[in-house]
Amino acid sequence: MELPTRKLIHTFGALADLGQEISDSGNFEEMVLTSLHLLLGALGIRRGAVAEFEAVDGLLKFVAVRGLPDAFPSSITVGEDTRAALLRIGLAAVQLDKLDPGSELQPLFTACRILPGTGVQLCVPMVVRSELIGLVLLGEKATGEGFGEEDLDVVSSMIRQIGVGIHTHRLLAQVEQRAVENRRLYDDLRAIYRDTVRAFAAAIDIKDKYTQGHSERVGKYSEIIARQMGWTEEEVEGIAIAGYLHDVGKLVVERDIINAPYRIDAKQSKELNRHPAAGYEILSPINHPYADIPLMAKYHHERLDGRGYPDGLTADQIPLGAKIVSVADSFDAMTTDRPYRTRRNLEQVIVDFRKNTGTQFDGEVIIALCRALLYEIKGETKTRPLMKMLGKDYIEPEKIIPLLNELIAELQPRKSASVFQ
Amino acid sequence: MGELSALDVRSRCVGTTAVVYAGDYLNKLSGDRIERECKRQLDLGCRNLVIDFRDTELVNSIGVSILLGVIDVAERNGAQVIFSDVNSQTVQLFEMLGLTRHVALARDEQEALASLIEQGTLTPATGH
Repeated sequence: MELPTRKLIHTFGALADLGQEISDSGNFEEMVLTSLHLLLGALGIRRGAVAEFEAVDGLLKFVAVRGLPDAFPSSITVGEDTRAALLRIGLAAVQLDKLDPGSELQPLFTACRILPGTGVQLCVPMVVRSELIGLVLLGEKATGEGFGEEDLDVVSSMIRQIGVGIHTHRLLAQVEQRAVENRRLYDDLRAIYRDTVRAFAAAIDIKDKYTQGHSERVGKYSEIIARQMGWTEEEVEGIAIAGYLHDVGKLVVERDIINAPYRIDAKQSKELNRHPAAGYEILSPINHPYADIPLMAKYHHERLDGRGYPDGLTADQIPLGAKIVSVADSFDAMTTDRPYRTRRNLEQVIVDFRKNTGTQFDGEVIIALCRALLYEIKGETKTRPLMKMLGKDYIEPEKIIPLLNELIAELQPRKSASVFQ
Repeated sequence: MGELSALDVRSRCVGTTAVVYAGDYLNKLSGDRIERECKRQLDLGCRNLVIDFRDTELVNSIGVSILLGVIDVAERNGAQVIFSDVNSQTVQLFEMLGLTRHVALARDEQEALASLIEQGTLTPATGH
């Protein structure tokens, strides 16, 4: 094979490897070092360095260095004149032995301690889209020959690729940085949203002097049940919000009806039953960061048997989130004092769940709540939010544990089984 | 003769000569392990380096750059470098890129060691 052909094949191989390295490598330093190896190896150049330009500090930072003296600096500051000169030169190779002593680049070489004998022969600025990306310094060829026209074309071509690689890496780093900032901003906004919702829930409950804290507790019960059912953290956050806001429609109901210290009559009941639909109207125009919150508020009084309100939906027609809020809402209603009755004990609550699962409550949701209670009572959880909300004297473990186990065993085969499904 | 292996690169010492086996490391960034091993041997007092290419089919640009690094380190330490068992295609590449101006070539490891004995830079059957 003729020498020029061999040379061409070797150079093409280096160019192909360089392209692959630049597109594949995730590690910036490795990418630059491998690129320098490929450039040096393509032409048999004995030494060289690649510097990245950091515009903010005006610093040329050497990322990869091969064969240069130990005294070679890790970075150098570039003045405006030198920067402008490098930009003007572009990708053209500056041959140091032909450099005018008064050149604007002289301070750069002095700073690099590129003195006679260090072997650096070429300086090639890396410029991409009129932006100074960095600089490549190259030493003598192992053949002892000078750089010919063809060599300089190969050098320019490879350095252009390295410059594009560094530029792309910078853009990706900026995109990643923005993504991190956006994520932080999004998390902050979600935290603000959650705090606002909680404050709003407290405002809803203030209207009803007998059920203060109800919305917050329903939010927490819903969260516990959903987590027990294996929902994702994002979904769990969403169901907690739905719990906090499920009674927002009560804001449009007469305060006297909400606060009536007796069982309300049919007319008042009809007025009170407007609140899920009213809640939906209030929540629908809001762009919530979680799915279906207005629907969960609207359907939290629906029943599997179709005897609920406002739409009389049955089993599968009711969103699972609404079924969870429904159980959480009823659980809190039964376990707190009301104006016309004191709260039930937990045994009675479990009896109520057993009686009404499949007609009013979803079996899978009831199982999840029972399991969450069991784990807390048995001390198998790090925290005990249910016990905290119910009060430590409320639960008698020796009575409750068998009841919960029985109910779970009973519901297990049919789970959400309902004659209405 | 002493056998040793360090930094995952196979090498052995024969008197003041280190024989380093290039293997298939050369053509990737991990090839700098060969350079480090050569440097380590020079720091230990070796005055000659034999790089053996018996298991190296092809040398690419990364490999050439690493070998230029080895030559540089050796020259700074006043050591001689011999490449042994290099296939003809690789010899042509080394000639084209000027590496053969800085190293001697030997048919195999034995020939490399024999030439060093002949030059008087290696005493036979000694180790360190």
